[in-house]
Amino acid sequence: MGNKQTIFTAQQLDSYQDCTYFTRKEILRLFDRYRDLAPQLVPLDYTCQPDVKLPYELIGSMPELKDNPFRQRIAEVFSDDGEGNMTLDDFLDMFSVMSEMAPRDLKAYYAFKIYDFNNDDFLCKSDLEKTLNKLTRNELTEDEVRMVCEKVIDESDLDNDGRLSLEDFQTMIVRAPDFLSTFHIRI
Amino acid sequence: MARNVAFDLNHPHMEAGLESPIDEEGVHDSFSQLIAEQSQNGGASDSDAFELQELQRQLDEEERDNVAFLSGPGREFQGRRQRDAEWEDADTQAVPLIGERWSSATLKILSSMPSRTIGRNRGAIISQYYNRTMQLRRRRQSRPAIRDFSHSARPSIRGYGIETDSADAEVSKRDRLVNNLQNLSVSDRIRMLRAMPLNVSEKSELRSLALQKEKHTLSRRIPCCSQLKYYIINGARQGWYSWLSFLHSLHLWQVPLKRVSGRFGSGVLSYFLFLKTLLFFNVFLFLVTGAFMVLPQELHPPEPSAGRPSFTGLELLTGAGYFSDTVMYYGYYCNYTLRKSCRDDGGVHNVSLSNGTMPDCVSKHLSYNMPLAYFFTIGVSSFLTCIILVYSMSKSFGQSFRIDKSHSILAIKTFCSWDFKVIKKSSVKLMSENICTQFKELLAEVSHKQVKNTRCQRLWRLMVHGLAWAICVASTTACVLAIFYCSSYMHKNLQFFLRSGVPVTNPQLNEASLLALPVLVSLINLLLPGLFNLAAWMEDYESPSVRTYVSIGRNLMLKVSVLGVLCYHWLGRVAADPTTIGLKCWETFVGQELYRFLLMDFIFTILDTLFGEFLWRLFSEKVLKRRRKPVFDIARNVLELIYGQTLAWLGVLFTPVLPAVQILKLLLLFYIKMSSVMMNCQAPRKPYRVSQMTTVFITLLCFPSFLGASVCVTYTMWSITPSSSCGPFRELKTMFQAGKRWVEELEKDNPNLSVLARAHSYLVENPFFLFVGAGIFLIVIYFHSQVVDGQRKIIGLLQEQIENEGDDKKFLITRLQTIHEQKRTPARRLASQNSNC
Repeated sequence: MGNKQTIFTAQQLDSYQDCTYFTRKEILRLFDRYRDLAPQLVPLDYTCQPDVKLPYELIGSMPELKDNPFRQRIAEVFSDDGEGNMTLDDFLDMFSVMSEMAPRDLKAYYAFKIYDFNNDDFLCKSDLEKTLNKLTRNELTEDEVRMVCEKVIDESDLDNDGRLSLEDFQTMIVRAPDFLSTFHIRI
Repeated sequence: MARNVAFDLNHPHMEAGLESPIDEEGVHDSFSQLIAEQSQNGGASDSDAFELQELQRQLDEEERDNVAFLSGPGREFQGRRQRDAEWEDADTQAVPLIGERWSSATLKILSSMPSRTIGRNRGAIISQYYNRTMQLRRRRQSRPAIRDFSHSARPSIRGYGIETDSADAEVSKRDRLVNNLQNLSVSDRIRMLRAMPLNVSEKSELRSLALQKEKHTLSRRIPCCSQLKYYIINGARQGWYSWLSFLHSLHLWQVPLKRVSGRFGSGVLSYFLFLKTLLFFNVFLFLVTGAFMVLPQELHPPEPSAGRPSFTGLELLTGAGYFSDTVMYYGYYCNYTLRKSCRDDGGVHNVSLSNGTMPDCVSKHLSYNMPLAYFFTIGVSSFLTCIILVYSMSKSFGQSFRIDKSHSILAIKTFCSWDFKVIKKSSVKLMSENICTQFKELLAEVSHKQVKNTRCQRLWRLMVHGLAWAICVASTTACVLAIFYCSSYMHKNLQFFLRSGVPVTNPQLNEASLLALPVLVSLINLLLPGLFNLAAWMEDYESPSVRTYVSIGRNLMLKVSVLGVLCYHWLGRVAADPTTIGLKCWETFVGQELYRFLLMDFIFTILDTLFGEFLWRLFSEKVLKRRRKPVFDIARNVLELIYGQTLAWLGVLFTPVLPAVQILKLLLLFYIKMSSVMMNCQAPRKPYRVSQMTTVFITLLCFPSFLGASVCVTYTMWSITPSSSCGPFRELKTMFQAGKRWVEELEKDNPNLSVLARAHSYLVENPFFLFVGAGIFLIVIYFHSQVVDGQRKIIGLLQEQIENEGDDKKFLITRLQTIHEQKRTPARRLASQNSNC
């Protein structure tokens, strides 16, 4: 079973195994999932490290992400070019961080990036408003959204600059034991 | 820190004032380097110092900056300080920070401070991980022995071997990180690599660089005994990882679990994961008992007793009849040492004398002391199960224990409530609606202060609670008394029949009547939780978590009392005087009872699934015309699982095959519950705290369930006389004596081992040793709690230190700002004077 595959070299598989939270079998299974999105674009031979990027539309059509309101942000955060077009490395990275074995700090780092819509390394009020609207599908009134954003910043902003930095976010996540089980995609 | 630094704003190299002074090296090593790196690299946000100069030049002409209101920028390193304390501190500050307007230059400097940039760019991440790997190396590295160094070596070199690294100042941070990675052990390196928030290609590069370097450097001279230790530890770790990966690769039920989580989320999933955990416990137990008890006895069956009843279908339900004299029950097991005879007719047909006299032609090699094996298997498997349970309970507790401050409710709700596992469209929609409702409720709670209940209302609520509790306790007591009287009635009935000598007309009917008690107990377990739910509905709790805990408490009370009365009936009545009801082998009878209880529990669970979920859904859809399906009650179902597992653990002593029955039951239950949930139920509307509930359930599995079962089993083994005509412990005073007898035999065979025998008799039988052992255990726990207390004090001191550093920063920044202002105002005055003239 182990040596019959010809997609990756042994070193590549070892390297993937050491850098992600997946075992060999899971990496091969994920490769199959990646290839199933676009069989004509993805070659069967990755030993020469081809430069293949799947466009965001294909990634966003995966059943695990299709109905997730944050799918675009997830793809953007994990893709190299920031547009959501993912190589196989990005794909593996994404599912490795979202797997159940990833530690809390790693997940918190990426969750912060996902919720940071304007990519300024801070969760400002507009980021929070966008997050809330995506969570509730725009069902909260503007007043309610504004109140919630104010209270959230009030609660978590430790250095009082009106926005949440990564440290504030991580300090808050430490107090939420459910974060590990909700920030998890099964693949 | 209390230096008088002159802020020379006209100095062309403003960054000189920003550099960390050298005396900060020890603590802020990475920061000074990071600043140097940033000022060298000049990244996108790094040219602040340059910009500051530019701004300065423009400041003479421009108006005062219109910057956003910013209060107290010096409060970066607050740590875990309460917000109230922060505001209080600000008031007591001599320097007024509130209301201060900071210039954009100050803001830029503040935002590029090293502590703020940790998450931002690759350089910062690599710096951070360089520090972490350095700390890890320091922790892991043991001091090399003095004799490994020459006499002339400086004392400082004898310290950590890390100083022998090349201290080349021009080596970049990345190379240093690679060097650190290379010097870590394999598992530490993998753990560090995986946890780095970089993308996979960069991590692969770091890894390949680290491995390349490893090939080039020669390994250090390690003495042979620590090399051996290294190999052993490495081998054990590899073995453990490969076992874990094997378990993980089994992918048991991966697809159904994904479907359930995709549709219902983490709450319902936790029930199925708990079921999977119980399955693994039972598989482990069955492997151990099967290998050491069932298999040897099957290979050497004792002579069959006369009058064995034929197989009728009723045995599958009652466990009696044809199954009585099989390897299923305690009574079948031999009490002698099994030896392989020379003849090939399979099995030993010698007389069953207690000390196992040997016939002539018997090979000495393959002998198996059955009573000892039985005793030790039960003991060791209980001990291992206990360790595994306590370990998983403490791990789960560590993950989920948080001091529940009500401070961050909304923030946690915003960022941690979206369950990424849910992928079905309708469930996603439902989840959004739930979250929206929860937000509205939270906002209402937070904005409107709690209306204080009047005294009358409080009294009314107290009365309602009291009434509900009275109902629950009364119904529990009534049911427990019913079980007690029913069991004593049946007991007396059997005694009566035996004494009166009435011939047994219909043995099958008699056997079927044994099912009455299990049916009664299962009925009670089915109906009473419904009553508790009604009481809770009447009480109308505000907080859903309080409601869940109260419901769990009441159900637990019911099950503990039921099991208690049943244990009294079996161990107190039946075992005390088995001959009065005509039992030759009371252990087999108790084993059969447990089998019946387990089976009835399973049948009633299926019935409940059928009626409670399937038929109720049909009823509510067709008759009541409601769109809402019934909700899957996670807590109640998990408690049912725990109850079944308690019965299984109680029964292992009497029925070594019971774990196999439990495995079959759990497998069937998984598929039945899975299909029922998918067809009939909807996701719970109330928020469900998964990790807290999982911890509670595994604690319940450990404490009342396993502890109770092991206490009963220990009591049986220690105090109750085994039957004299069946089982591996016949003709012994207690089961415990099997061990003692074995030691006596050892002593007889080999007088040199008399020391061991005497030690054994002192250690095991003398209660003094138990007291001493318990005392030592308590002392160790006390020391550990003192260590934890000391660490807590250190945390307090460190927090104070962080606050002081924050105050220092505030001071420096305000001074910087005031000097900046002073510089500007005379310049403005000059400019206005010039313009006036």
